[in-house]
Amino acid sequence: MGSIIGSSVKRVEDKRFITGKGNYTDDIQLQGMTYAYIIRSPFAHAKILSINTEEAKNAEGVVAVFTGKDIADSGVGGVPCGWQVNFRNGDTMKEPLHPLLVVNKARHQGDGVVMVIAETKEIAKDAAELVEIEYEELPAVTDAKQAMEAGQPLVHDDCPNNLSFDWELGDKAATDAAFANAHHVTTLEFTNQRVIPNAMEPRSAIGHFEPATDKYTLYTTSQNPHLTRLLLSAFVLGLPEHKVRVVAPDVGGGFGSKIFHYAEEALVIWASKALGVPIKWTAERSESFVTDAHGRDHVSKSEMAFDADGKMIGLRSSTAANMGAYLSTFAPAVPTYLHGTLLQGLYTTPAIYIEVYGVFTNTTAVDAYRGAGRPEATYLLERLIDKAALEMNMDPAELRIKNLIPPFDGVNQPGYETKVALTYDSGNYEPTIRRAMEMVGYEDFRKEQKEARENGKYLGIGFSAYIEACGIAPSAVVGALGARAGLFESAQVRIQPTGKVSVYVGSHSHGQGHETTFAQIVADKLGVGVEDVEIVHGDSEAVAFGMGTYGSRSLAVGGSAIVKSVEKVLEKGAKIAAHKLEASEDDLEFANGQWTVKGTDKSIGFGDVALTAYVPHDYPQGLEPGLDFSSFYDPANFTYPYGCHICVVEIDPDTGKVEVKRFIACDDVGNVINPMIVDGQIHGGLAQGIGQALLEGAIYDESGQLLNASYMDYAMPRADDFPMFETDRTVTPCPHNPLGVKGAGEAGCIGSTPAVVNAVMDALSPFGIKDLEMPLTPERVWRAMHSNGSN
Amino acid sequence: MIPSSFEYHRPASVSEALQLLQQYGEEAKIMSGGHSLLPSLKLRLSEPGHLIDISRISDLSYIREEGGVIAIGACSTHNAIGKSALVQEKIPMISQAALAIGDVQVRNRGTLGGSIAHADPAADWPASILASEAEIVVAGANGTRNIAAGDFFTGIFMTALEENEIITEIRIPIPPANTHSAYLKFPQPASRFALVGCAVMITRSNGSVERARVAFTGVSPSAFRDNAVEEAITGQAVNADSIKAAADKAAEGVDIMSDHYASQDYRKHLAKVYAKRALMAASN
Repeated sequence: MGSIIGSSVKRVEDKRFITGKGNYTDDIQLQGMTYAYIIRSPFAHAKILSINTEEAKNAEGVVAVFTGKDIADSGVGGVPCGWQVNFRNGDTMKEPLHPLLVVNKARHQGDGVVMVIAETKEIAKDAAELVEIEYEELPAVTDAKQAMEAGQPLVHDDCPNNLSFDWELGDKAATDAAFANAHHVTTLEFTNQRVIPNAMEPRSAIGHFEPATDKYTLYTTSQNPHLTRLLLSAFVLGLPEHKVRVVAPDVGGGFGSKIFHYAEEALVIWASKALGVPIKWTAERSESFVTDAHGRDHVSKSEMAFDADGKMIGLRSSTAANMGAYLSTFAPAVPTYLHGTLLQGLYTTPAIYIEVYGVFTNTTAVDAYRGAGRPEATYLLERLIDKAALEMNMDPAELRIKNLIPPFDGVNQPGYETKVALTYDSGNYEPTIRRAMEMVGYEDFRKEQKEARENGKYLGIGFSAYIEACGIAPSAVVGALGARAGLFESAQVRIQPTGKVSVYVGSHSHGQGHETTFAQIVADKLGVGVEDVEIVHGDSEAVAFGMGTYGSRSLAVGGSAIVKSVEKVLEKGAKIAAHKLEASEDDLEFANGQWTVKGTDKSIGFGDVALTAYVPHDYPQGLEPGLDFSSFYDPANFTYPYGCHICVVEIDPDTGKVEVKRFIACDDVGNVINPMIVDGQIHGGLAQGIGQALLEGAIYDESGQLLNASYMDYAMPRADDFPMFETDRTVTPCPHNPLGVKGAGEAGCIGSTPAVVNAVMDALSPFGIKDLEMPLTPERVWRAMHSNGSN
Repeated sequence: MIPSSFEYHRPASVSEALQLLQQYGEEAKIMSGGHSLLPSLKLRLSEPGHLIDISRISDLSYIREEGGVIAIGACSTHNAIGKSALVQEKIPMISQAALAIGDVQVRNRGTLGGSIAHADPAADWPASILASEAEIVVAGANGTRNIAAGDFFTGIFMTALEENEIITEIRIPIPPANTHSAYLKFPQPASRFALVGCAVMITRSNGSVERARVAFTGVSPSAFRDNAVEEAITGQAVNADSIKAAADKAAEGVDIMSDHYASQDYRKHLAKVYAKRALMAASN
């Protein structure tokens, strides 16, 4: 490797973003554009008795008004799910399609009912007020655990107990036996509350059908345009895939919420076909709150068994996972294969069992949100360990270290086989934890804490040691687990005649900085400048079929596909160089952008070789012209980043307000291409993770109304809620991908949440408090402090 | 986030604004900084047919000393007030309240007159306007009148302002030299409005409190003066004990709001905590 990989190259994409020159979906204007407004159910659960669209249809400037019946009559069913998780007894999961617009019944607040299309968005919205819809409100259920009980309202009539699936993993008998022999059992019943992603850019979609060419173009705020194209063409609307182009231009944040194929994407295409005009829909922020897929929402009971030495001997957990009203694209995978499989954590626990119930409720769909299942697994484990340490009067750091999996590099030592279906690639966990403890000054802190308590100040420290599965994923493995798609990635490296490089990637960048990181990889390996490399992504007509960006996969999987193509370029380039230098390929070495005949000063530059490939006058016999290679990379395994986060808090005893005094994150994400970008990812993830611990959380009332569906009420974390984060890294390369990288996009969000809650519990330990529900709002903390330990 | 259509008017003077108000009556809405009104329009919670934008009437933006009073034009921004050397020197509480509002963008657009006319029960301004015993000058078809701050805030989003009146000025008496003041708030985590905000002004002589004025915002549907706290601290030497004793009387016998960030109990408790903290801050 040269010196470009590993350096903090400034993000090339930022010039357009910070000068307001990004090109987002809503910025795109097409000739003859019309605008859609979607009338949504104000009720969480309601029969639709009648819809009268006459007055709206006749309003000036209105192009069309469509109802769910119009769509159903055209033979369109709805949006399907992309991952199948069956019942334990083998029955197929229940997966009612999500109608593009509902016909008879709305199942969550915000469910689409009528689409009004007009010449301007103002007219569309005004005309929407002329549509008369008669609802009969029905009782609603919003809590997953409650929804499984007898007598609760059914979200879908054909899903008894509101169950979509139930699922289990691990050895139940061995786990129960471990508990029977346990010296100590720690139990935690808790809710990992529902959070709302709130990407800065609201979702938007433009559908454009051109009758002259029979081509469909969808511009959309998507993290994975190809998957959207596949679902849209093959499953929702039945369109010829080669006639469908999906473009995800600049996208302003996703955090998972823009992975999924949404009804609005299909609606604008369906209606554009019907009307022959382009149609734009852009969510209002109020719509985003109730239609973007939410995250988390697990109600769990989890137990950890220990022997007399404090060794973990068993773990079992039962989770009711709220799916919302319909199964979003990857929803069933999140609480199961992205959660249950992570319950080994960093520890040697020999017996693990988990069961998960996927439950429908009258709420917005829940799906992957930054970390997706892994934050829930980490929260479960790391809260249990801290509670156990408190109950057994052990030091929480030492309890973790005592139970750690020993080091293995995945090369000289095999990967670590967990009890929950995964094989960790490489890990050396203790040094990472020790480094974090050194950063925080653990021993000094305990002294400071003791003195502070004597002065009526409540300081607390909380640990979280996490592992996550990233770089998703080996297609055959996920196929066996129910994925209805492969999880490879594609990359094409096209050397232009002048030696400049265009790279076409199936990954999609919506904040991650791929245009910089990917360019660094190519520049480093070809010996060209970062500025000589252009990264193209997000247009299904420009790039080969790709699987998009989520699950911290773009560098580990997409970056590896780039490396494969670069290697093909160099292999062919060497043939051309050998010919020009009249030397044998074996005698050449490539460095700093030049092929040199070893031991001589005879050399040829990369640019000359590129030009020769396209002007092949003097050229190796039998070799094709051109220097342009595509690759698909299907990873051999997941990657397993890990780390240790430590939070220090102080609680204001008068108000219960938690102040995060320090936050230490020591992460191991394998090799690092751009340290600045990794730091940025960690910082952003920490903000989201700490946000869940202290601030965020959807609040539904009994009728299913989301009470905090605006920024006046839903507390997003802000910079002034945090101290300056203190970050460091250890480096344990991934043994199975060419860059040795593991992924960093979700780490901050996965590790941080329990560290904060553990710190608060540590601060509150003089009050005899062992657990509180998130978010740890001032009132909740204050009440606990005044409840004499009864919480 | 698209408002209903409306006609936009930008009068050049107060009299022109009053004429428009007279002309359109209930259909009209006065806009100053627009930071409460525009969100409400975009959510279609408010759908006025006519918007009268007074923000560019230049003679409504000023901060000046007029014989023992700081006179602030109704369209002065929070930022202009908060950064005013005159205000900072004479009545620090007013500057603190101004700078406690929202964020930089809000403070650069939002105005004092607009905020108090809107009378959001959780807004920052009302507490210090009450504690400073300001007068609100309003212009109407029949000339101007002055409304005492204590008579101005009448309920949730309700004031003594008549439909055909516009606030033109806020007059804040400059307190005696031996006076200290403070505004402190516990922000609602999402909106950063005051979950509880307390404004305190204390005038001392010979070490004890000669006069105290204590007002709350965020606690009740309408901002209010807390006479019980004022009486309890008046005549007392200022120390931690007297302050605690006075603060403990806060928010008794008033209608206390409740929401998912603060129940009634907790809000009442916070009122006591913030009374204590603001009294301490105003006691140096």
